[in-house]
Formats: sequence, C-alpha cells, structure tokens
Amino acid sequence: MNGFTSVFRRELKAYFSTPLAYVFLVVFLALCGSLTFLSGFFKMRQASMNVFFSNIPMLFIFLVPAIAMRLWSEERRSNSIELLFSLPITTTQAVLGKFFAAWSILLLALALTFPMVMTVTYLGDPDWGPIVTGYVGSLLLAGAYLAIGSFFSVLTRSQVIAFVLGVVFCGMFLYLGSPRVMATVSGFAPMGFVEAIESLSFQTRFESIQRGVIELRDLLFFILLIAGWIWANIILLEERRAA
Amino acid sequence: MEKETMHLIEIKELRKAFGPIVAVDGISFTVDKGDVLGFLGPNGAGKSTTMKMLSGFLPPDGGTASVSGHDIITDSIAVRRSMGYLAENAPAYDEMSVMGMLKFICDARGIKGSDRRQAIDRVAVSCSITGVMHQPIGTLSKGYRRRLGLAQAMVHDPDVLILDEPTDGLDPNQKHEVRNLIMGMASEKCIIISTHILEEVEAICNRIIIIARGRILVDDTAESLMAKHGGSLDQTFRDLTGGRAVAAKGGAV
Repeated sequence: MNGFTSVFRRELKAYFSTPLAYVFLVVFLALCGSLTFLSGFFKMRQASMNVFFSNIPMLFIFLVPAIAMRLWSEERRSNSIELLFSLPITTTQAVLGKFFAAWSILLLALALTFPMVMTVTYLGDPDWGPIVTGYVGSLLLAGAYLAIGSFFSVLTRSQVIAFVLGVVFCGMFLYLGSPRVMATVSGFAPMGFVEAIESLSFQTRFESIQRGVIELRDLLFFILLIAGWIWANIILLEERRAA
Repeated sequence: MEKETMHLIEIKELRKAFGPIVAVDGISFTVDKGDVLGFLGPNGAGKSTTMKMLSGFLPPDGGTASVSGHDIITDSIAVRRSMGYLAENAPAYDEMSVMGMLKFICDARGIKGSDRRQAIDRVAVSCSITGVMHQPIGTLSKGYRRRLGLAQAMVHDPDVLILDEPTDGLDPNQKHEVRNLIMGMASEKCIIISTHILEEVEAICNRIIIIARGRILVDDTAESLMAKHGGSLDQTFRDLTGGRAVAAKGGAV
C-alpha cells in the first residue's frame, strides 16, 4: 500500500505545486458557467441542470487530456521514471496512484460547480435525481477520458503528442453514437455492428445516466472501460518504461 | 540461506541489446560485503546499462543476476528494498523541494514518523544538503542535485549501493567529501560506482572492473592492476580500452 499512497500523494501535490491545477480549475469553472448561461439556462425557465451537464462531455474532451498528458510523458522526459522505479513500487501501484490523483482533481473541479446547484435550488424546486446522477455520470466520463489520456501519455515523451492523441481518442468515443456517424455506418454495415458501435458511445451512455436513473449496464460500461484502458496502460508501461 | 557464502551481488552472463547494438555482452561477476567496486570503461561501454539492469529498471535479454539473494527479474521489489540506486544524471522531480522529495522516498520505502525524520536528518548531514532542504529541486546546482541523488539512495540505509557517476559535476571539495562518505560506509556495505575519474578509483575502490563494448576486460584489485601496467591506472585504462587495444580484440573502431 505504501507504493500506491506515496505516489498518489506526490502526484496530487505536484498538481498544486505547479500552476496546472489552478489554471485547470479556473478555466473549467469559467467555461462551465459561461457555456451554461450561453446555452439558454434562463430561457428554459426550468429548475434543472440539464443544460449544464450537456456541455460536460465536450468540455472534458479538451480539459481531461490536459490533466492526463503529463502523467507519464513528464516522468519519461525528465527520466524521473528511473528514480520512481528504483523504489519498491509496482507498476500497477504507480499507474493507479497517478490515475486516482488526477481523478481527484477532476472530482474537485466538479465539486466546485456547487454554486450551479445553489442557483437551481434558489430559483425553483429541482428534481434531485438527474442532478445526482448527472454528477455521477460526469465523474465516470472524466474517469474514462482520463484512463485513455493516461494510456497515451505512456506512449510518448512529448506532452503535446500525448494531448493530441488523447483528444482524438476521447472525441472518437464520444461521437461514435452521434446521428451523423450512425447514419453513415448504417448505410453499409449490418444492424448488429451499428448497435455495437452505438453501445460504445460515451454520449449515449452519459445521456442515459444523466436522465436520472443509473442502470447497472451503464455503470459497468464505464467501469470496464476504465479498467481496460488502465490495464493496457500498465502493460504498455512494463514494456516501454525504459524505451 | 547461509549468509557467509552468499554474494551480495551476483551477475551471471548478463546480456542486453538495443536493436543491433549489443550494449552488454554476457558479463559475470560477484561483489561482496566490504567491497567497493570501481566500474570503469569508455563512454558507451555498457556501464550504465548494467547498472540499470541491476536496479531492475531495464529487463535483461539474457542471463541472471541477484542482489542480496533476490533475483532481479522475479523478485524485483525485494531487490529494490535492499538497494540504493543513483541513476545516471541524478534524476529527480524538479517541482518538489529537497525535503519533499526525501519525504516521498521515505513514504514509498515505508519509513514513517520519527524514523523518517531521523533518516532524513542523517542523510542531509552526511550528504551536506542541509542548507537547501526547502529549495525547489529545479533551482539546485548540479552538485547539490547529485548529492540529493546520493542522499535519496542512502535514506533507507541499504546493504547495496549502486552509484552511477556519483561525483560527476561536483567541485574538488565536494568530490573529496563524497569520497570520504563512501569510504566511511565501505566496510558495512557492498558498493558499485561507475566513474571516469581514475584517481577516485585509486583512492576508494578495492576492486576494479574495466569493460568495453559490453565485455569485461579486467577484473582485478587496483594494486595488482597498476603493478602489471607500470604504475599508473591512467596508462592501464588507455592500454586496455584505447583504439589499438580494442581493434586488436577484434572490433572495428
């Protein structure tokens, strides 16, 4: 356990000893707030946070890879990875420690959107179900993006490349279920394949959770996806840590 | 395990290639408690690669090695517990303070509470870094950075120390201090140091291994080596690893 907790704590401190965490939090909160109001929060005349949550998947596409890109690229560029693995820490402990530290930052970012909740309760009498599940869904989505971003961070010493690859793959998973992609795919592929693609889409899953009921299959989808990418992350790191 | 017969470091036919380049080509040696082994060789001879393999960072392509009786591949965590390792160029986390990093190393090694405070105090004094404990590592001079690397390797008081160029970038006074530090620990530990400074080897090492092109050319004591080659280690090194010598051993320069 020493391995996991020490890496987790070091990583969390590293976010706050550089401007990264502060810049991230400020940018995230500013965008979250302004997008919500620009997308017609008041015009809806509803005490709900649907508008707020509908912007989250798009925002996270850029912001989560920005948090994830340094996780391993930085270690490899500065060669501190050699110091890290001269300590009695297993690869799994190190990967999980870093992943959960970054996820905590994202949890903090989501928690800091509490004024949104206060606004909605002040203006009316919201249905709490979709708000709670909306936050759970956002956190799961952030975890999925983060696992993908962390994987690409192992792949390269360059944070920029890690960021770009992370954005592309997160975007791909998000837009798989969009009407345009569906229309194109259904033009040539069999029905089963179209459904398979749709079921992989973050957007579809996120919307389903955000409606107010967390279904087991949606929960399992995100958990399995996160576990899968982290597992790939560990394998890749064992193969390539010295490369 | 009989402690008496066990070598603290035992390397057998260790081999590593990067693509077509064979960096370490089947080397074998053992090191015991009380030994300070000087690991010499021209740049690119395979010194750092060997040390990286011993530390468990780089998986070998062939052969085996053990540290304090633990196999470096199958029991890597136990190896890392019993070993202190200063990697090439003393890598560190630039955004952390010296104190912060030493605390992290202690946490990762399971040294807690008052033990942690004592351990950090001990290495801070012995490596002369007490004056920079709260400075960010990114702002340290090369010498301080190297001594932090040394402190980090010694914080858990390991039986085995592997130091890749521990005195590189230090000024003459600091070099002297580090040598004294190593000599002071020598009888209790098993130490391998790599260096290009031959007078350092004469001063602190009781054994010398010279490698070139991934193969061991010499494994001997300092005195006997100098006796054979007319007194100077410098001359010995050039005789063994210079262009002609290597060419004569069958390699193109």
